[in-house]
Amino acid sequence: MSNPGNPGSKSNLTAFNVIAGAIIVMGLVITVLRFTKGLGAVTNLDDNNPWGLWIGFDLLCGVALAAGGYTTSAACYIFGLKRFHSAVRPAILTAFLGYALVVFALQYDLGRPWRLPYPIFVQQGTTSLLFEVGLCVMLYLTVLFIEFTPAMFEWLGMKKIRSVVVKLTLALTIFGVVLSTLHQSSLGALYTIAPSKLHPLWYSTYLPVFFFVSSIAAGLSMVIFEGTLSHKKLHRMMDEEYLKHHDGVVLGFGKAASLVLFGYFAIKMIGLAYANNWHYLTSGYGLWFMVEMLGFVALPCFLYAVGVREKNLGLIKKAAIITVLGIVLNRFNVSLVAFNYHLPSSERYFPTMMEIGISVFVVTLGVVIFRFITTRMPIFHEHPDYKGEH
Amino acid sequence: MLRRTFLGMLGTACVGASIPGVASASKEFTGHPGSNGVLFDATRCIGCRKCEEACNKVNDLPVPDKKYDDLTVLDTKRRTDAKTLTVVNKYKADKGPLFRKSQCNHCLEPACASACFVKAFKKLPNGAVVYDESVCVGCRYCMVACPFSIPAYEYDEPLTPRVMKCTMCAPRLAEGKLPGCVESCPKEALVYGERDELIKIARKRIERNPDRYVDHLYGEKEMGGTSWLYLSGVPFTEIGMREDLGTKSAPELTAGALASVPMVAGLWPVLLGGIYAISKRKDKVANEEKKEAVANAIAKASEQAEKTLSEALSKADVANKRQIEVEVKKAVEDALTPKEEESDENSEGES
Repeated sequence: MSNPGNPGSKSNLTAFNVIAGAIIVMGLVITVLRFTKGLGAVTNLDDNNPWGLWIGFDLLCGVALAAGGYTTSAACYIFGLKRFHSAVRPAILTAFLGYALVVFALQYDLGRPWRLPYPIFVQQGTTSLLFEVGLCVMLYLTVLFIEFTPAMFEWLGMKKIRSVVVKLTLALTIFGVVLSTLHQSSLGALYTIAPSKLHPLWYSTYLPVFFFVSSIAAGLSMVIFEGTLSHKKLHRMMDEEYLKHHDGVVLGFGKAASLVLFGYFAIKMIGLAYANNWHYLTSGYGLWFMVEMLGFVALPCFLYAVGVREKNLGLIKKAAIITVLGIVLNRFNVSLVAFNYHLPSSERYFPTMMEIGISVFVVTLGVVIFRFITTRMPIFHEHPDYKGEH
Repeated sequence: MLRRTFLGMLGTACVGASIPGVASASKEFTGHPGSNGVLFDATRCIGCRKCEEACNKVNDLPVPDKKYDDLTVLDTKRRTDAKTLTVVNKYKADKGPLFRKSQCNHCLEPACASACFVKAFKKLPNGAVVYDESVCVGCRYCMVACPFSIPAYEYDEPLTPRVMKCTMCAPRLAEGKLPGCVESCPKEALVYGERDELIKIARKRIERNPDRYVDHLYGEKEMGGTSWLYLSGVPFTEIGMREDLGTKSAPELTAGALASVPMVAGLWPVLLGGIYAISKRKDKVANEEKKEAVANAIAKASEQAEKTLSEALSKADVANKRQIEVEVKKAVEDALTPKEEESDENSEGES
């Protein structure tokens, strides 16, 4: 195995680079169209459907799937599970990139993107849950950036400032969990204002709690899922410390995810009972609801449990993928499928190819930047100067 | 300053301070005192579209392709959009077609204003809900929030899109004029006035003609009450109005979620700090116990070793002593033996 920390010296014309390059060019073309012709020219958004794929996927799924940052750092630094230490840096980096891309993608959806700081600096709409989301995301992005900087300072050899930031770890972690709790839940709470538009099976006064709890499952599953991907593609960057703990992380996170999914299933059922919505289960939407709850919550919960019990890493990884898909499905259901359920199908929304194109473009950007950073900075391995310093 | 004047000013200040708190959900808000509204009577509307025309004109909106006297437009269902702030729709009923005008209902506690994260929407004391494009970010959450699906958006504007909706002709009201639509209605299907008065008028109409109206004043209670009120001869769902909106205002719907924010911000650090302290202490105790156990084991081992050593030593000592004694005895004996004979001789004399 080559020394971790050395980027491979291969030709730049790999299949990955070619495909990523093509997607980025496509993204840039759509970007030009979006900012010269307007939202109407590139999206299927209309007056009845003001929020489409860019909110449903880029914002809601982006934020939920970036929850690995706060769950992992909380497990390691607050709950004292030091054996997860090797997973913290990749998780923080993914979360930071995830949030940065959420904010980036939002620029496409906002009518006047350069005014994004207005709610915080010009006029504060404090009665709005979106204000809370904006404030928390801004602060959390800053926290994630600071949490990520030690890796950067190690790479750049700036020892003094690194040691200052490392001392802040606990405070940053607690602040990060508070902010995450607030904005993860507020994304769900955004929809509490529209009970007349969201199907009763998905509408609940508990929506904020559902979004928060499911984000924990999403975060844990994303750490497992990403770890698997990185393992295949970035193995050369990993040191013995990371590799030694990797299986332990998968098992530990699998166990936690199983428990959280179990709790999530339980509170969803409580929500159903509280609103007495059982009779909707026999409708078409009810069937779809059960697909989500049984196929993408109960099933991965069970698979995780079996995988952990039998120490079957393959099964745990499969459960992680199903959970991630389930979170995407849930966010799509709330924001797109069950939203405006009362409208005739001719007035419903389906994204254009260009909207999908921008979402693919944003994800690709994330992967490219993640690769760039992990092949240069000490993410999957410890910097030789700071070994064993937890 | 006289005390009475001071108290009076204080009172005014208090009232003044409480009025902007429209979105506060803790107390029931029944509208600004003396605020105005419009009463629409569906039994009087003939679907002439004069109100649409007036609205288009007074708001300087682009003139549509089809003229306003072209009533075939009514055959397709329409909603408000960026170029049309009010629309009249036709509904089939047993007694012939019915018409209903739709526009912003100017809620007493507007969902759009409560949802806007830059406070671009404002409920004026005169009843109008107005929009300030100079701060609008274009997130369109107001459109998601509006239960009546009224705000529209300039999707074709690449850089300066606005949210478009009826302003109850706030600029005209400020000049002392009537809203454009109300002024143009030839059938008095629209009446502008103080909301409390309009409610009385509506109640009277229902009372006098119980056969003509359903006993429901739409907008009196819906979504916490709206400045625009509706009378109809058929159930409101039959003229395209939702009767399942409930009477809770939008701020009430989000009040719970908003109220829990400071609780999370206040309690989470304590809880998380506590968990950290416990896990740290557990580590510390475990470490100490480990150290203590090691120290104990060492102490025990060394004690035992010492004991064995001292035992061995003392045993050796005893053995040594004995040997020495034996040796000494032997030596003494040896030394004494040759002299015995002599001493035998001496002893006799001594004893």
